[in-house]
Amino acid sequence: MEMVNSIRPLLAVMVSLCAVPLIAAARKPNVREMWTFLAAALKFLIVISMLPAVLRGSQFTYTLVEFLPGAAIRFKVDALGMLFALVASSLWIITSVYSVGYMRGLKEHSQTRYFCFFALALSATIGVAFSANLLTLYLFYEMLSLATYPLVTHHQDREARQSGRKYLTYILGTSIGLVLPAMLIIYHLTGSLEFSSVGLLAGHASKGLVALLLFMLLFGFAKAAIMPFHGWLPAAMVAPTPVSALLHAVAVVKVGVFSIVRVLIGIFGTDLLFSYHLSTPILIVASITILAGSLIALSQDNLKRLLAFSTISQLSYIILGVALLSPKGMTGGILHIAMHAFGKITLFFCAGAIFVATGKKNISEMTGIGRRMPVTMAAFFIASLSIIGLPPCGGFWSKWYLVLGSLEANHLSVLFVLLFSSFLNACYFMPIAYRAFFLRPEESMFEKGVQEGPPFCVVPLVITALFSIFLLFYPQPFLDLATMMVRSLGGT
Amino acid sequence: MTHNFPVLIVTVPLLSAFIISGLSWVKKSLCFPVALLALGTSVFCAIGLLFRVLDLGVVEYHMGGWMPPWGIAYRVDLLNGLMLVIVSLVALTNLVATHRTVVADFPEKHGTFYTLYVLFVTGLMGISVTGDVFNLYVLLEITSLTAYALIALGQPDRAPLASLNYVFIGTIGACFYLLGIGYLYIMTGSLNMADIASLLPPIYHSKAVLVAFIFCMVGVCTKMAFFPLHVWLPNAYTYAPDAATSVIAPLMTKVMVYVMIRLVFSVFLPDFSFHVLHISHAFVWLACLAIVMGSLLALSQKNIKTMLTYIIVSEIGYMVGGFWLGNRLGMSGAILHILNDAIMTLCLFLAVGNISYKIRELDFVHLKGLFRKMPITMAAFVAGGLSAIGVPPTCGFFSKWYLISGAIQAGQYGFMLALLFSSLVNVVLFFRIIEIAYFEPMEPHNDTTGLKGSIIEAPLTMLVPLLIVAVSLVVVGIYSGDIVTTLIAPILPKGIG
Repeated sequence: MEMVNSIRPLLAVMVSLCAVPLIAAARKPNVREMWTFLAAALKFLIVISMLPAVLRGSQFTYTLVEFLPGAAIRFKVDALGMLFALVASSLWIITSVYSVGYMRGLKEHSQTRYFCFFALALSATIGVAFSANLLTLYLFYEMLSLATYPLVTHHQDREARQSGRKYLTYILGTSIGLVLPAMLIIYHLTGSLEFSSVGLLAGHASKGLVALLLFMLLFGFAKAAIMPFHGWLPAAMVAPTPVSALLHAVAVVKVGVFSIVRVLIGIFGTDLLFSYHLSTPILIVASITILAGSLIALSQDNLKRLLAFSTISQLSYIILGVALLSPKGMTGGILHIAMHAFGKITLFFCAGAIFVATGKKNISEMTGIGRRMPVTMAAFFIASLSIIGLPPCGGFWSKWYLVLGSLEANHLSVLFVLLFSSFLNACYFMPIAYRAFFLRPEESMFEKGVQEGPPFCVVPLVITALFSIFLLFYPQPFLDLATMMVRSLGGT
Repeated sequence: MTHNFPVLIVTVPLLSAFIISGLSWVKKSLCFPVALLALGTSVFCAIGLLFRVLDLGVVEYHMGGWMPPWGIAYRVDLLNGLMLVIVSLVALTNLVATHRTVVADFPEKHGTFYTLYVLFVTGLMGISVTGDVFNLYVLLEITSLTAYALIALGQPDRAPLASLNYVFIGTIGACFYLLGIGYLYIMTGSLNMADIASLLPPIYHSKAVLVAFIFCMVGVCTKMAFFPLHVWLPNAYTYAPDAATSVIAPLMTKVMVYVMIRLVFSVFLPDFSFHVLHISHAFVWLACLAIVMGSLLALSQKNIKTMLTYIIVSEIGYMVGGFWLGNRLGMSGAILHILNDAIMTLCLFLAVGNISYKIRELDFVHLKGLFRKMPITMAAFVAGGLSAIGVPPTCGFFSKWYLISGAIQAGQYGFMLALLFSSLVNVVLFFRIIEIAYFEPMEPHNDTTGLKGSIIEAPLTMLVPLLIVAVSLVVVGIYSGDIVTTLIAPILPKGIG
């Protein structure tokens, strides 16, 4: 494995941070949006410029400042980080297009603030993706929590205030109360916080202490919305839809899951988890979250809330896959970070497009909406297939690997959870498509013929839906990165 | 010239204070420039001195050429070199930032204000620089008396009483300290720190030395507002003029923490304090109590300035507790937190000063819509708040890092929990204000400009220093590793594990 010292990871993080003052200072909305697009495009290019080398097995590192021996602010681009950064930075471009359509379509207030904090949030996300150690990860994790607070509470009304409070309570409460002490205990035990491919803790801590640390980190990264720390996610749905789309289907929640995957692999190490039989409790927690999330989603009428619970359940697939500790299962889990992102962002885009075009938020009011917005609803249907895990969508791959992984690890109960949850996914997604296309609209408002949302909203969701299909036939970059990551762990 | 830095650092502002006092009869507008010049010189000397100490090691200055232990010696090592830089920089920044406030608040009396201000800073510098326990007492009294006077200049109805309360408790505290050094003098016949330190070890087990230690500590703890001896602080700092609060709050308590550290390191020596006496655990538990109670009391406040004063009470607990953990990590954290807390408190109180300059009221209900009215001030306030919470990369995170690491190493999990608890309470405290300022619409009656919703930022002379302080929160945070290795690690005594 070749280590390349390069400033590129830092640039990838900084580019959107540097765009913040430019966005804030821009006088005309078009100039402001230009800065956003420029930053997004640059960020994507920087990330993708590292892809070929990473696929060849190199790693990029950059140390910003060494604050204590073993505790530095350091970046490292490996396969896992690359996969996540690729997803986040590519979807930022598309979401920016969508944001313009959505925010202007609804004539939202404080758009400058919105775009500023959005750029800030993306810096933090890439920072998490490229963190070389737990300290750096924690730094950007907290930065993301704070940068998304003004986005979640964008509407500045009573409901936004309540949700914002809930958001911070869950996210900051757990990160300060659980992650921070866990990090310091790990540092005290091992003298290091660097993620390694074999884990840090082996030989440094007793089983009880490892279990305690595992508990603190698993629940401490509450952005992963593992039950019972999931309550903030449905509440955060008060945010404007593009925020929900990118942050609550992709960036924020995936940062939580990514952090957990990182510490499971890089701090605990798969061998240690295996030898202490600690994967079972993780599997149980993840399974409960998967099933409970899906069951709650069944009873939701508000489309965005339904998607939120669906996200809660899907996030735990990733944890589940990694906790299987079998190569195929881990590949499936990591791959699900990417596959779920493209599917779920499409679903949120659709929900937002429907809201912009018709003002409807509830599924019960969407009877026959497929006649009015056929493109949007077709994309919705495709994305639901991807989430359920059916061909012709990319989601099939991650489910396939997860199922194989559960067989490989000989966990038949996990197999059952996966299949039953897929069935539940179908149960809550298919009626929406059915209602949209096959039921006769009751109100006259849908009789006006085709009336889609603004093009800025529709084009992005078509792109992401097509991408979901494309990923079935060409999952390579993500699949390769996931397999590479798993292979680099050796052992198991 | 460089040779005389230790004494110039005190005498220049001391003489300037008298010049300012005289000038206030002649030409009021000259008071501020003279104060600026005096404190500017102090900053220059302090930084020069710190570099000198880094180059040459300990710098000594003997007053009037009298050799210690007969004469008064000024002795500067890295610890007080750092303190001098903190004190002079904070004082200078605050002087510039609050000039407009002072002119507005004391149109007739700003000569008086500046005289007291410069004298106060002189006292703090003297406390930091001196190597003589009695000289320290004298300078402590200078500092305290000017602080009483500065506080009494505040709100006409409440400040005098708050100041009087402070006078009573502060004087009792000073008496304790004086008694303590009296006992030391009886036992050793010396007042020079280094001399006492060399004479004490054979008589460590004497009851008189124990009493001296206890009296000194009680006195110092009173002056630094260590819970439960904090009762004078909240009212005094709340009702003091804004321009005075933002210099007294960041410096007074921190310098007293320095005095505690100095007494342990250079007078009683760590061997006595940590091994002969078994007192460190008691101090750590008291510190936990201070942190928890300070946080809880802060929660019950409705006024932003009072809330911040209770946060100081809790932060004092951080430093005292960290120091008495007795290991390198904890002590580094405590000393680093002196620096960080000074910057943080300065940032918060300057922001509050700006708000008070424009809005006049500091109860929570008057802060509505403030993000729209004063975006830059509020941004700096949020930065200070994040540092108090301990969000990386602000400096508050890094001192908390050392303190918690120290607690883990010492096995003092209670202290770790207290620190985490206080961080979480700080989240509530600051986000409660952020919520009010961000969500609630402005009330027309406190819109002084009449233009609803327009920006009414404070003038540039107030904003620029505030922003510099806010940015330094992050800069100091990022370089805390270097600060600890170059400035703090060398001053920790060898025996500390």
